[in-house]
Amino acid sequence: MERSFIFRNPSVLIFLGCLALFTLGVTMMSEAAGSGLISTSFVKTLGKTLCLCLVAIAMDLVWGYCGILSLGHFAFFGLGGYMIGMWLMYARTRDIVVASLANAAIPPTDQEISDAIGNQIFGVVGSAEFPLVWAFSSSLTMQLALVILVPGLLALVFGWLAFRSRVTGVYLSILTQAMTLALALYLFQNDSGLRGNNGLSGLQNIPGADAVPQSVMSLWFLWASALALGLGYLLAAWVVSGKFGSVIRGIRDDEARVRFLGYPVESFKLFIFVLTAIIAGIAGALYYPQAGIINPAEVAPIASIYLAVWVAIGGRGRLYGAVIGAAFVSLVSSWFTGGQVPGFSLGAYTVNWVDWWQVILGLSFVMVTLFAPKGIGGLVDLMTGARAPDRHGADLGPDKGSLQEQEATQ
Amino acid sequence: MTTLLEVSGVSVSFDGFRAINNLSFQIGPAEMRAIIGPNGAGKTTFMDIITGKTRPDEGRVIWGERSVSLLKMSEEKIAQAGVGRKFQRPTVFEDQSVFDNLLLALKKDRSPLSVLFYRRSARDRDKVQDLAAEIGLSDQLSRKSGELSHGQKQWLEIGMLLAQEPRLLLVDEPAAGMTPEEREHTTGILVEAAKTRAVVVVEHDMEFVRRLNCKVTVLHEGSVLAEGSLDHVTKNQDVIDVYLGR
Repeated sequence: MERSFIFRNPSVLIFLGCLALFTLGVTMMSEAAGSGLISTSFVKTLGKTLCLCLVAIAMDLVWGYCGILSLGHFAFFGLGGYMIGMWLMYARTRDIVVASLANAAIPPTDQEISDAIGNQIFGVVGSAEFPLVWAFSSSLTMQLALVILVPGLLALVFGWLAFRSRVTGVYLSILTQAMTLALALYLFQNDSGLRGNNGLSGLQNIPGADAVPQSVMSLWFLWASALALGLGYLLAAWVVSGKFGSVIRGIRDDEARVRFLGYPVESFKLFIFVLTAIIAGIAGALYYPQAGIINPAEVAPIASIYLAVWVAIGGRGRLYGAVIGAAFVSLVSSWFTGGQVPGFSLGAYTVNWVDWWQVILGLSFVMVTLFAPKGIGGLVDLMTGARAPDRHGADLGPDKGSLQEQEATQ
Repeated sequence: MTTLLEVSGVSVSFDGFRAINNLSFQIGPAEMRAIIGPNGAGKTTFMDIITGKTRPDEGRVIWGERSVSLLKMSEEKIAQAGVGRKFQRPTVFEDQSVFDNLLLALKKDRSPLSVLFYRRSARDRDKVQDLAAEIGLSDQLSRKSGELSHGQKQWLEIGMLLAQEPRLLLVDEPAAGMTPEEREHTTGILVEAAKTRAVVVVEHDMEFVRRLNCKVTVLHEGSVLAEGSLDHVTKNQDVIDVYLGR
């Protein structure tokens, strides 16, 4: 008698269909398929955009549904990238070192190989030793586990401390921002063990896949990103569709009331915070091999603020809104900042879009917040005719909930 | 008669102001009690203390047959133990349907994992429908609760309270802003509820208290001024001086 999950959430099916069509379309038009309508670098951009959509879903879960304005989710995204980057860099450097030492008269010992790898990777920060954090970098399995564990554990510890102290609202946002800043500053240090401001590079070269051209590799990552986005969307939709979604939306709207209903609000917040941190970490682990490089600037506080802007413009509190916002704003953003848009002259002053794009983005964020709080996703409501309760007339009583003028006369 | 809740010698100050002053209060497992008192008498603070929102400076709050102290428990633990609270302003989740509001309140395991894997059974559905019938909102189940009128929101909140199956209901001004018919309906719901559990009603309106036809506790400046039937306390000279006489 209960209708199925898909039936109750038709948007999930529509979204998955669109995602599949998009992936198929890009694949057919890619250089690897022969037509070359879409360049390999643009395939990578689209693949990266899918990862950004995934982290936007995480942001929507934690902010749009649970009401926690986290300005630190790009830290988890970056950490996921660093974790997979360590393995990529280690394994790739190892292949090169082994190949170059193979010509030596005396076969190299394991220690020599290890020293040579260390020298290659850490020479740039004046070191040759492997720091402790690289202990598992030779194992893909371990680093993949760390993609989930490191953001998850950081979120668990941070969230536990913050939620237990009942820090909410703006103060929590500031705390998450401070966490991001601290992490970025730490990573910028040369002795942090992650190559300081050089970051990890050469991540687009997948070890053991030298024979695969980048045009094909970019498609693999596009598919992987699309799969992750599809699964992430499905998971998020399932989480918010049932009673759990009901509880976290209740926490967003009236935390104290949920507490007096007997729900452990802190545990729910912690659960959603850790879950979204893990999703962000996975998205980052798929993003940075496509970007090719990760450095501490990626974790800078501004990145997490952009994430909030995407979700706000796309429409928070609905999953496809977050996806639309992230895809739309990040693609338009890279179009404007890529220098492809010609500037136009105002006589004495030439408007240069690379400089002015930030201003436009800022303005549109303010406009959306003020005049269209539902964002782009609100257009769907216009089309389907869904409306929020709109109660006209002056209040008859002192409280927000009291009978309104028009209702009283009906 | 056994005691469900016993508050004894409780005091609390905010920045030097004594909101509750050596207050003692008892209620049995199936009893209706009205609390009246002028503004600032400490009625809401009293509820805050029982529900764990405010920690008293001194005194004891003892709960149930096993005589556990509520003072060490968190708000959600107290709610799970069986204390339900209705706020003065109707606080329902306006963005969600009446059905979802009631389902949310239904007595179930509250831990995140069991909520995540919760599947709505036919029994739960029936329970929600029975509750809706009890509070007169059967036709409104699929509406967003934000669309309801003020009185309907008050009933929905009382319904959510009943869905929690609490042993003690704390109800803050349930009849505020209601039409006379709505008041009558509310009285009916509360009197019915008090047959099986303890109900504490904070109310300003004497007429409403008279209809509840129960024992009355008068609060003044954070302590109990008088206790007894409404007729008894309204004849009390202290009560007349501080409250009714004005």
